[in-house]
This record gives sequence, C-alpha cells and structure tokens, in this order.
Amino acid sequence: MNRKTTLVLAGFVGLAVSGLASAADMHTQSIASTCMSCHGPGGKSQGAIPSLAGLEKDYFVKSMKDFKAGTRAASIMKRHANGYTDAEVEAMAAYFASLK
Amino acid sequence: MTINRRDFLKISGAGAAAAAFSGCASVSGSAARPHVVVVGAGFGGATCAKYLRKWGPDIDVTLIEPNDKFVSCPLSNWVLGGLRNMDDITHGYDRLPGHGIKMVKDYVVAIDVDKRVVKTQGGASIGYDRLVLAPGIEILTDTVRGFKEAEAAGKVVHAWKAGPQTAHLRKQLEAMPDGGTFVMSVPAAPYRCPPGPYERACMVAHYLKQAKPKSKIILLDGNPDIVSKKPLFMDAWNTFYPGMVDYRPNNAPLAVDGGKMTVSTEFDDVKGDVLNVVPKQRAGAVCDLVGARNDSNKAWCTVNLATFESTAAPNVHIIGDSVLSNLPKSGHMATNHAKVCAAAIVELLAGRQPDPIPVVANTCYSATSGSTSGYVANVFRYEAGKGYVSAPEGGATPKGDELNFTYNESWAKNIWAEVLS
Repeated sequence: MNRKTTLVLAGFVGLAVSGLASAADMHTQSIASTCMSCHGPGGKSQGAIPSLAGLEKDYFVKSMKDFKAGTRAASIMKRHANGYTDAEVEAMAAYFASLK
Repeated sequence: MTINRRDFLKISGAGAAAAAFSGCASVSGSAARPHVVVVGAGFGGATCAKYLRKWGPDIDVTLIEPNDKFVSCPLSNWVLGGLRNMDDITHGYDRLPGHGIKMVKDYVVAIDVDKRVVKTQGGASIGYDRLVLAPGIEILTDTVRGFKEAEAAGKVVHAWKAGPQTAHLRKQLEAMPDGGTFVMSVPAAPYRCPPGPYERACMVAHYLKQAKPKSKIILLDGNPDIVSKKPLFMDAWNTFYPGMVDYRPNNAPLAVDGGKMTVSTEFDDVKGDVLNVVPKQRAGAVCDLVGARNDSNKAWCTVNLATFESTAAPNVHIIGDSVLSNLPKSGHMATNHAKVCAAAIVELLAGRQPDPIPVVANTCYSATSGSTSGYVANVFRYEAGKGYVSAPEGGATPKGDELNFTYNESWAKNIWAEVLS
C-alpha cells in the first residue's frame, strides 16, 4: 500500500468514525452531557450526588418517570425530569447504562 | 491533492500532540484535520475544548488562556464566609492536554475574521477553521465614579472575578471591627451570576455572626427587587441573620470614595468600613475584536442560540457570560453553552446539520449559611424563532436546607472535574 492510499484510507476511517454521530445521536450525547455538570464527568460523581454511569436502563427510566410524576421524593430532580421527553429519557438511559 | 507531512501526521492521528499551531488557516475542504481555537479556559471555554476533542476526535483544538490556574467564581463567596479557602477554589489545567488539547498561555490581541487567524500578545499567529470566544465578563469600572482610584489604592474591590480580589475582600472583612458596616452594591441586571450578590450577603453575614456579631450589612441593589431566589434569601436573612441585613432596592451606586469610605446613590452617601462595589459588566474584551458586542447597548453578544455562532462574525462562536439571551449568566450554564456549541461545531465541520433542538439545563446552588443551601433549576429547550423556552415546573427552592448543602458541595467537585479533567 503506497503512502497516498494510506492517506485516503486514513481519511475514510476518520469520516466513518465521525459519521457515527448522526444528529439524533449527537442530541442524546449532548443532553446526557448536561447531566454530567452535576453528576460528574462520564457520570461518575464525587460526594452526595449519585453516579449515573452504569445504571441499569430500566432503573434510570423509572426514576425519571417517578420524579416527573412526583411519586419519588426528590430535591431537584422533579424540575429536571419535567424538561425531557420520554424518548429522550429512554435514549439517555441507554447511554448511561453503556458507560462503565 | 497534495498533502504535506504535517497534514499526514494530523490525518493519521500520530501528530495529535504536535497539532496545528500555524499555517493551516484555511484548511477546510482539504483533507487536513480541521482546527478549532478556543479563547478562554473558564467554565465555558475549557468544557468546549474538551468536548470538541471528545465528540470530534479528528479535530485539532488549541485553547488560549493567559492565566496559570482556574479560579472558580462558584464557591468564591464561601471563601468570604470562611467556609473555604483560596486553594479550595483554585485548580490547575494540567489534565486538559490529556484530551489532546493544545494549551497556549497567552492573550489574544487581534482576530482576522476573513483570513481566520488569531494573533496573540506573544507574537503567535494561529489559524482556525472555527473560533470559540469564551472570555467571561469585562467589568465596567468607569460606570461608578471614583471606583478605579479606590480600586487602585486597594480600598475597594468588586471581587466579581474570583482571584486576588476575593482574597483581598476576605482580608478586609477579617480586619473589620465588630460593630462595623459592610456595604455591598449590586449592578442592574444583566450581570454575571444573578443570585451571587445575595449569596454573598448570606456568606458575609455567616462570618460576621460568628466573628463580629454587632456588625451590619447594607445591600444597595441597583435593581427594583432581589433578582434571583428571593424567597430563599429573604428566609435566610430573617431566620439566620435577623436585623443584620439592610436591603435597599433601587439603589444603584453612582460613586465611591475610598478616602471617606462612602458609596453614593441618588438618595444618599452610605458609609461603611468595608465597601464592595460590583459595577456593571459587558462581554469580554476579545469579543470587541470581531465587533461581536452587537446588542442594542453594545454590551453583549447576540448569537444563533442553536450553534452559538456570532451574528456579527462568521465562523466565530461565543459562549458563556458574554452571550445575550434569556439564559442565566452562570458557570453552570456556560458549560451547557459549551456542549451545544461543541456539538454544533463537530457537525458543521463534518458537513452535517447541527442538532436543531438543543436542550440545556441550569442548576445553581446558593449557600445561605455554613450548612444550608437552596437551588434554582430549569431545563430550556430551543425552539426556532423563540430561542430557549423554559420547561414547566422549573424554579427555585423557597428555603435552604442541609441536604442541598451536601449537594451543593458535591456539585462543585463534579462540575470542576467536568470542566478540567
């Protein structure tokens, strides 16, 4: 493989990798990242705020639904849970479940 | 297509550490790695640089910042209250290069928007495909007569940028006699950190209650009422510090005299032992280099709020406190501007459409005593033609408590880690 071919391939790999981030995926990553300002980078928290990394998807979804409905006591999370659609909550749950 | 060795290194990823520093001003459209320059490594800028690398591993990122260390405005009021010291709120930038961010310690002195080149005080010319300005605020010290002189003489500080002035104000409070008066003035909104002045009053009161209980606080507010979290702060002043906080709305400071130790409003001259005057503010000076302070007062920057691209300068994005919007000017919100902006830049540089409906969330804790805090929290959803619309049931707690104080402490650790590591 000559150098020029290597370059072209390298370019394609770069495109392919970044191509994974479709607008929908980026939306999920973006909204999930806003959680990290409180819950810590990568969803790993220091101190009293719980970590989100590796939470089971169903638990995350149920928690957010219960916060939203007011059936689970919360200090701040009802105000946040109200701001997201069910689809967004599902997508964030899958994302945080995938983080180790 | 010709590719030089430098570009080859960039494409292959082997040269991430030796990333573009020059000569690649107009690389878009070629196979070279795109280059984003971020100016300012506060909550917004550092976060943006980190997420550009995280979401755009094929993007080279240079972060220009003149200061050696990050000093957090959030919790700087806690230093005044004696809950924290300067070391607790001061953090290094040493973990950012691990993300492949090239850090440059310098000031930006010129920006050529057509050629897409940033020039620094140190003489470097740095090309970019997209530029992010995150300078925070410039304090308009000229708007309060006598402030500059009093500040230069070390008599009066604003301490509205955490750093040496924070430590200075703490020393002034420590030196104040019992029975003395602390006078603070709040500028008319919009200003950095809407609840900040009232949290400061709580933290100073917390200190004075313990150390100098005969002392008083006079809060001269340039606004007609408490701007943020009013029930929370009123409850704290009445419950924890009864009779100590004298709140005076519609009292914008016109002048300060560091000799007579007075703050003058249109009503009277208010004498104090420690004066803390916070003048009005505008977008950071670097925004003016591209004519981006383009709101009706020529103070703040208007941007496309889905991408944070300036409406004045193409390929220049502005995030954080410098932006004019209905979003609060908070460090927390700056990290969210940063993430929406980074996502948009990644998509734009890849030739894709940015997320048309970004969602951001604000969480802002304020301490009301040495062991209680309250919060305000809102989720904002972007709607074309409307900007960010607050979701229902956002809002503030009416009362501080100990649980929220532990969350406040945890929040600070986590957001500092999110920004810097």
